[in-house]
Amino acid sequence: MLKKLNEVPLYMLAIFLLLFTGLPFLIMVSASFKTQMEFMSSPWSWPDKFSFENYRLLFESEFFRFFYNSVIVSVISVVAVIILAAMASYPLARMKFRLSRPLFILFLVGMMIPIHTTLIPIFLLTKNLGLYDSIWALPGPYIAFALPVSIVIFTQFLKELPKELEESAKMDGCGHFRLFWKILFPLLTPAVATVAIYNFIQIWNEFIFALVLTTSPENATLPLGLREFYGQFSVNVPGIMAALTLGSLPLLLIYLVAQEKIVKGIAAGSVKG
Amino acid sequence: MAGHAKQLTYEDNRHQESEKVYQSLEPGRKVKPKKPKRNGDVMVIFAFMAPALLIYGLYVVYSIGMTFYYSLYEWSGISNTMVFQGLQNYVTLMQDGIFWTSLQNNLLLVAASLLTQLPLGLIMALLLFSPVKGMRFFRSIYFMPFLMSTVAIGILFIYIYDGNFGIINQILGQLGLESWQRGWLGNEETAIWAVIATVCWQFAPFYMILFRAAIVGIPEDLYEAAEIDGASPRKKFLHITLPLLIPTIVTSAILSIIGSLKYFDLIFVMTDGGPNNSTELMATYMYEQTFTNFNMGYGSSISFTMFLIALIITVFILFFDQKRKGES
Repeated sequence: MLKKLNEVPLYMLAIFLLLFTGLPFLIMVSASFKTQMEFMSSPWSWPDKFSFENYRLLFESEFFRFFYNSVIVSVISVVAVIILAAMASYPLARMKFRLSRPLFILFLVGMMIPIHTTLIPIFLLTKNLGLYDSIWALPGPYIAFALPVSIVIFTQFLKELPKELEESAKMDGCGHFRLFWKILFPLLTPAVATVAIYNFIQIWNEFIFALVLTTSPENATLPLGLREFYGQFSVNVPGIMAALTLGSLPLLLIYLVAQEKIVKGIAAGSVKG
Repeated sequence: MAGHAKQLTYEDNRHQESEKVYQSLEPGRKVKPKKPKRNGDVMVIFAFMAPALLIYGLYVVYSIGMTFYYSLYEWSGISNTMVFQGLQNYVTLMQDGIFWTSLQNNLLLVAASLLTQLPLGLIMALLLFSPVKGMRFFRSIYFMPFLMSTVAIGILFIYIYDGNFGIINQILGQLGLESWQRGWLGNEETAIWAVIATVCWQFAPFYMILFRAAIVGIPEDLYEAAEIDGASPRKKFLHITLPLLIPTIVTSAILSIIGSLKYFDLIFVMTDGGPNNSTELMATYMYEQTFTNFNMGYGSSISFTMFLIALIITVFILFFDQKRKGES
């Protein structure tokens, strides 16, 4: 009995935190199903009847253009980061050479740098490369800023694999490239998952480079597009809420499916970083 | 013809000479042709690392150097005239009241993040290990804010804080606190706190995850031993959990400080530094100077100052962390 009583404050705290974290989502979703009329009369109540009009309008808007841009940029950047970081980690983790430590530290320092320090030169560089105002302006900086944490994770993982892998591969006359791609890379799968998840979340939600390196709406990624919507239709609150809901949905859905992996990926990515 | 022969002898001589050196260094040992293998390794290392180094070098290393370079000039970024100024931009910056306001706001954000996000994250993480039923469900919801894009959060909270129909004012109205109602983001005194509360909402779940991972790593038998000694839950927390969480607290503090110093997105979306610069941060001020006022040189000097501040603070924390490790 006493034990049960002790648990009451715990439950109260748990529920309070549930409301604190969850209520804004509930507000967002419920408002997205209202008509503008209903929102005016009672903005934050649960909708009387669900209207899908806001979502229908989104399908007619540029929303899926933004969505498509975000998918392309995120997928290309994440795949490239995995390949480049894994390759760079191989000599750092499994070969002895004089520059190995300084090079590793060079990447490590990248995690402490405020990205804004590079914003102006990257803006000018992008213009000079002729990539300004195109979605192809974005993978470069996204890859560069994802490399440090990814290299740290891969290097740590590679160091823990047994040395015999190389020795037996060398005996079979297997070169470095085949050794890496055929034997080591497949063993990296858990680290690849961590790197992919961690970076995908960061890149999917990235804002400032997208803001500076693109300007036309047709090249906007989702965060930029949402801001564009807000600028155009800020009076239509339910419409904006529908856009926010739909824009947040992909990551939340992935999260529901792969919760454990995502949580682990973020913890690993941040602590290593 | 003669020259060719001469060259051959020269090569031969050199080869013999180097062999002599090897033999004199390691008498009795057969000389191995080490060079070719080493060259091969260098090629392999280069081939594996070059793509990553190229991109990282261009976008990070080169760019930081260029930020400093641009900060020495007065330049609009569009015209071709760059006027060399030396450190004049930095002198101007030190006398710029808005910069000091923004630095002050950044430091306020650092303090608020450390004092709200970390403790809240720790409480949430500890709660996950309590006997509350349905914790899996609670945890799923607790974590959701971190997955939402900052832009979406910013827009959502603009409506939540709205002076006319915002839910905060509605709740205050129902509690009979009409006098507290206001446009939270339009008011110079409340805007920064409204933003800070939003940042806390976004990032507390992130620290929950870090603390949770660390608590999972604490060996169960420590608690079992404490239980045999009759330790209360409070004592177990103070003497086992908390000391073992210190490395995670240090990591979280570094992440929180660095994150707060470079904070940009949410403020840009919610207030754009306003009203009257009351929520201006170094990053939003840099953006404004660079891309709105087209003072690329001046903007670069703000950027580089941010870089230096972050660098100094990181080195400072790492230094004290090393000292702490040395003592324990």
